[in-house]
Amino acid sequence: MASVRFESATRLYPGTDRAAVDQLDLVIADGELLVLVGPSGSGKSTALRMLAGLEPLDSGSIYIGDRDVSGVRPRDRDIAMVFQNYALYPQLSVAENMGFALKQKGVPKAERIVQVREAARILDLEPYLDRKPKHLSGGQRQRVAMGRAIVRRPLVYLMDEPLSNLDAKLRVQTRTELAELQTRLAVTTVYVTHDQVEAMTMGHRVAVLKDGVLQQCDTPHKLYHEPGNLFVAGFIGSPAMNLVPGDVASPIGIGGHELELSQDAAVAAGGAEQVVLGFRPESVTVGAGEITGEIRVVEDLGSEVFVHVGIHHRNEVVPVVAKLPAPFLGRPGESVSVGVHGAVHVFDGSTGLRLTTSPAAAQRVAG
Amino acid sequence: MNVGESRSVNAVLGVLAWAAGLLFFFPVFWTVLNSFKEEQDANTSPRLLFDPTIDRYRDVTETTRGLLSFREAFTNSFVIVVVSTVIVLLLAIPAAYALAIKPIEKWRDVLFFFISTKFLPVVASILPIWILAREFGLLNTRIVLVILYTAMNLPLAVWMLRSFFQEIPRELIEAAEIDGAGLRGQLTTVILPIAVPGIAATALLCVIFAWNEYFFAVQLNPVDASTMPIWVTTNISTRGDFLAKLSAASVLASLPVVIAGWLAQKRMIRGLAMGAIK
Repeated sequence: MASVRFESATRLYPGTDRAAVDQLDLVIADGELLVLVGPSGSGKSTALRMLAGLEPLDSGSIYIGDRDVSGVRPRDRDIAMVFQNYALYPQLSVAENMGFALKQKGVPKAERIVQVREAARILDLEPYLDRKPKHLSGGQRQRVAMGRAIVRRPLVYLMDEPLSNLDAKLRVQTRTELAELQTRLAVTTVYVTHDQVEAMTMGHRVAVLKDGVLQQCDTPHKLYHEPGNLFVAGFIGSPAMNLVPGDVASPIGIGGHELELSQDAAVAAGGAEQVVLGFRPESVTVGAGEITGEIRVVEDLGSEVFVHVGIHHRNEVVPVVAKLPAPFLGRPGESVSVGVHGAVHVFDGSTGLRLTTSPAAAQRVAG
Repeated sequence: MNVGESRSVNAVLGVLAWAAGLLFFFPVFWTVLNSFKEEQDANTSPRLLFDPTIDRYRDVTETTRGLLSFREAFTNSFVIVVVSTVIVLLLAIPAAYALAIKPIEKWRDVLFFFISTKFLPVVASILPIWILAREFGLLNTRIVLVILYTAMNLPLAVWMLRSFFQEIPRELIEAAEIDGAGLRGQLTTVILPIAVPGIAATALLCVIFAWNEYFFAVQLNPVDASTMPIWVTTNISTRGDFLAKLSAASVLASLPVVIAGWLAQKRMIRGLAMGAIK
């Protein structure tokens, strides 16, 4: 077991101008489950492959423990990787697949059998040890891929979207099992996903990447409540945070109603030319508040309702989503009053950085 | 197009396919039939019903002193074809690996170079080849044909194997790499087992081309180490009836290729890579 450290790690694919991973600095603690998340093309998989040794570094370095592994071959890094499509050896049985790495290491057969059995027991794969991958279901294949990784105790587990080929129900179930397993084994794990729900539920910390650049690396709670910039604010959370442009010149407000900012917040926002206001759907009330708007779409999820409203703001109709407890009786087309109660983030419109957040309790839109 | 219409189109296409198939198969069928006839039956008006005999096969496989015998030609062909095909595979597999799995720089140019060696018509190159063979004392030896057939089939084999290797899921090789397998381990656990159908197909083509090659054989080995195609031509007689005997010789010459094809086909089972990914 070991920590992992990226130091200005950069990967530029030949024939491209923009680095796929640009000057990545990241420290992953021993035993931590760190999730790399981002949209496609954000460089999250490339970062993982750099750690695996499957992609060379163009500059910077990567450490596993205290050892600089930047130029070390994948097989000498003592890592195990789970691939998105599982990459099981088709002509080998489940047991042989799981024992393959041990065999390569020269572990005696008797010992190999014991370790494979143990891993199979953990993953409920014992009845399938003699089967070939093609005779397994998708979920079983996924577990074999996991088994291949946990059968030996490497320094780091690398997981590249291991759940994305499972159906929705199985994915949620496996997600929990996987997080539990990781806690039990306490092996440093780097987990790549594009699914922010997966990232938030599994990660001890989550690193958000965009265009090869690390945006923020924090606990799920901090990412949600204190997003570092507009991208993280919009990426984390579903439905996404409401982002409404505002000017600094006039008092900052929404829909013609001034926003009560704390003294510090007002000072922090004062330096920017343009600001963007961000507030979570759960901070929006519909049917009570000072802003006027019109209901566009109502999405009833049973336990909660997402209400999409168009509010009048700076002579435009701006879409805002509210997350409300069920039941909700309004219908599309109806005029409603809308209010914002709760934390409002103020972002610099040009740099995208978060300038300040108004404390949740004090926040409301004044009439 | 409605369902009825597409069904009748399918029926017409089916009939055409059968007609084309029979048209192609008929000469083969007639050759096999002729090989079991007496010479006079084979040369008179075509008849389907006759007393079959294997005498023609006996005739052609008889060894006559001073003439190229079946046994000799077959042995020569067998050795030359097997040895050249094995060499081709031994060279082409690493080459295909370097072009498909871990592409070297300028792999496109290399690939083009391989196929460019096939641009020159063999007729244009036969004189220098013949002179070189004579200088090295290789005329009328098996070695010269092994060398030439290896050279002849290698570009094709590299191209074919490269495209088969490219279809191997990259993650499988990477997984083996992370699991600690070296090049040999990657080849034996991942690449070769998955590429078996492709390797079988490639080997089959090499065998067919080498077995049927006539031009080099007749130019370089007319006296000794002659191959099956040359033996077949020795059964063409300038006098008297010869059709049944020639048919028997043709059938014997084609049989090994047919058997090789049948063996290779068994290896070419599709879906071997199934279950590897997804």
